[in-house]
Amino acid sequence: MTDILLEMRGITKTFPGVKALSNVNLKVRKGEIHALMGENGAGKSTLMKVLSGIYPYGTYEGDVLFEGRRCQFRDIRDSERLGIVIIHQELALSPYLSIAENIFLGNERARGGVIDWGETIARARELMDMVGLDESPNTRVMDLGVGKQQLVEIAKALSKNVKLLILDEPTAALNEHDSENLLRLLKTFKARGLTSILISHKLNEIVQVADAITILRDGATIETLDTARDEITEDRIIRGMVGRDLKHRYPERVPNIGETIFEVRNWNVYHPLQPDRRVIEDVSFHIRRGEVVGIAGLMGAGRTELAMSLFGKAYGKKISGQMLKNGKPIDLPDIPAAIRNGIAYVTEDRKNHGLILIQDIKRNTTLGKLRKVSRHGVIDERREIVEAEGFRQRLNIKTPSILQTTMNLSGGNQQKVVLSKWIFTDPDVLILDEPTRGIDVGAKYEIYTIINQLAGEGKGILLISSELPELLGMCDRIYVMSEGRMTGELTRAEATQENIMRLMARMEGDIRANGH
Amino acid sequence: MQTVIKQFRANIRQYGMLIALLLIMLLFQILTGGILLKPLNVINLILQNSYILVLAIGMVLVIISGHIDLSVGSVAAFVGAVAAFMMVELNVPLAAAVVLSLLMGALIGAWQGFWVAYVRVPSFIVTLAGMLMFRGLTMLVLKGQSVGPFPEAFRALSSGFIPDFSGGGGLHLLSLLIGALLSALLIAIGWRKRLSDIRYNFEVPPRGYFIAQMVILAAALMLFVYVLASYEGIPNILIVLLVLIFAYTFITNRTVIGRHIYAMGGNEKAAMLSGVKTKRVSFWVFVNMGTLAALSGLIFAARLNAATPKAGVNFELDAIAACFIGGASMSGGVGTVVGAVIGGLVMGVMNNGMSILGVGIDWQQAIKGLVLLLAVAFDIYNRNKSS
Repeated sequence: MTDILLEMRGITKTFPGVKALSNVNLKVRKGEIHALMGENGAGKSTLMKVLSGIYPYGTYEGDVLFEGRRCQFRDIRDSERLGIVIIHQELALSPYLSIAENIFLGNERARGGVIDWGETIARARELMDMVGLDESPNTRVMDLGVGKQQLVEIAKALSKNVKLLILDEPTAALNEHDSENLLRLLKTFKARGLTSILISHKLNEIVQVADAITILRDGATIETLDTARDEITEDRIIRGMVGRDLKHRYPERVPNIGETIFEVRNWNVYHPLQPDRRVIEDVSFHIRRGEVVGIAGLMGAGRTELAMSLFGKAYGKKISGQMLKNGKPIDLPDIPAAIRNGIAYVTEDRKNHGLILIQDIKRNTTLGKLRKVSRHGVIDERREIVEAEGFRQRLNIKTPSILQTTMNLSGGNQQKVVLSKWIFTDPDVLILDEPTRGIDVGAKYEIYTIINQLAGEGKGILLISSELPELLGMCDRIYVMSEGRMTGELTRAEATQENIMRLMARMEGDIRANGH
Repeated sequence: MQTVIKQFRANIRQYGMLIALLLIMLLFQILTGGILLKPLNVINLILQNSYILVLAIGMVLVIISGHIDLSVGSVAAFVGAVAAFMMVELNVPLAAAVVLSLLMGALIGAWQGFWVAYVRVPSFIVTLAGMLMFRGLTMLVLKGQSVGPFPEAFRALSSGFIPDFSGGGGLHLLSLLIGALLSALLIAIGWRKRLSDIRYNFEVPPRGYFIAQMVILAAALMLFVYVLASYEGIPNILIVLLVLIFAYTFITNRTVIGRHIYAMGGNEKAAMLSGVKTKRVSFWVFVNMGTLAALSGLIFAARLNAATPKAGVNFELDAIAACFIGGASMSGGVGTVVGAVIGGLVMGVMNNGMSILGVGIDWQQAIKGLVLLLAVAFDIYNRNKSS
């Protein structure tokens, strides 16, 4: 097992004005799962782009050795020819094509330019078996969930005779179940001798599957840990990544809980396109002032649908039920009404639904309530700048200027801008949908601190998250949803990972049997 | 000097098209042996391009909001035809006819805006249909013939000049006065902004740079007005254009509605989830476009002194090209009113210059197409380089 498959030696990559990587070393042994860790901006993606030839030979310093040979990749095809395949966080699948077509996209089973459908389907089946994808090869990719799409990507990689599989945040968009599946798959690949590099922010996963961990910080290699040699704990990894001990993953908060500020009774929502399908069934819950209330649930449990239907009917049809704020019934026919009534919804998809990426921080910050910085419909740009600058400092958004385009910010900073936007609307109730997805440890801690501050100001917080430790660490109370229903409510004292999981998996039949 | 270069670099993208325009003007000024900037030709340039510029101002809002409007040429023709019908056949008083025509434009815009915003038919389809429909209706109204002539007062819209109180002879004093007032206004706005920037502790260019900037601006403006004043003064239509440019620049830069248009074009879903009433914004952008298309149709009819079935053919393409040359983005969320006007002038100056040089319409078309392609390619190249 001391066979070195890949060695990257002294890699230095500079962009105009910035040294993205300085003298980075990475050694990956044949047949291992090698985790690459580091905060956003530490240089992981840049390093992988050097490896896969996206940054061609000559644009960086240092050597890449694959199977002992020095490589000079001109583009991504050069690296793929040697069996280095990278699967990006944003999947590169064509949604309207079938699974089989996607697997062989750019690599078609064809004779003289004419596709051999028999071979395409047969080979696709084999590959789908290998990754455990139980679907017809003719299914369109758009009809699959994210977890299965991920498997299609991996099958596609396998079709290219991959020797080194690089996965960039493969589980970021997956729920617990699909994540575990994927990790199990990686282990089976390992047993068959396939080497993989895994980039992930989820520490528990890394601890679970990695044989070696290389940690990058500020564009430099900090250390490589070996599971056979070192004792590896999550805290150990965090220390390497942030360069100091993070005493607690979740900041302390002394709950100061007041009256009920927001309540929902018998909420029902139907699917916008399938009028008979009830997506949310008889959901009731409440949030008190200063309280952080969590909603747990699997993908498809209806958490986002619930949140958006509450937020000015941004989702769903035939919505019924009662909504009360400070004990008084309110009706929110549209989003402006929701904002007027002090409800804010921070979306789970910050790039597509949260930010206007081509606009700067300032404009994104004030968009939700422009009338606060305007008079008679005319914007006072000075006041706007002062407000946005205030948020930059208060939320510690790391950027040279609020005139920076949000496209160029890291995930954590983008999320802070989205939070700025909603705090700017002076909400009393904030619904946060996966607020720390795809964000590095340090930034997560800052987001948690902001959430605690908001709760401290007496606002009600509804926290939707797929990361159970996050819910357990942050919430005073946790609701669990399954298949559009509330299947349980747990106080901080009652809540454990096992409890929540059991409620998350509870199906309609169980509820009836339990007389709930 | 260093700061001047730094300031210049920072603004190169903003001023890139303006510099290109000036270079093109310089080129044709030389090629035409000085004819291009003769007072009479400058007036011609303004009159020839006014109706396209009016369309471009409306179009840039449509494009920023993420839509497109292919119908503006036909709508302009249709409104021109109806106006002619009202004024020539029915003897409707001028003011009423103009107001009714503009209302009709707004109504047509509302019709198209309804389909785009509320039924969510892509604007390309809706306005392609509008382009065919209103061309057909134009021919119906005109029964296939030209209708004219118009009353003198209506023609003054596009061929008249502002009156002069000096009573003829020599320079046109009122024009000079307006120029001076405009210069003073621009300097005052610039100065106020600078003072307020300083009060809020923002970085401001050095005082010398600021003064130089203002002096150049005022000098250019006064030179332009002087050229006009040495002929017959400022044309009426230029006043209309200036008012539109100021008003729409203000709306896009400073108002909530302007911000909402940019936000929607940049990311419709995110804008909607931030409380922007995206449907309503789309709708009103089309109402606005319809009104400006009507105005453009009136100007064109007044200029020809007749409404013709062929009026406004290809206007939509010129207006769209002006927006893209002026830096607007196909995918929405990017563009400026001033950019669109400069883009329109780039094309207008080339048209005019090539015509003076006796270049045939065939070559003119080909060269204009190439310029559009190169201008947008240059813009994209710059954007990729900077990101």
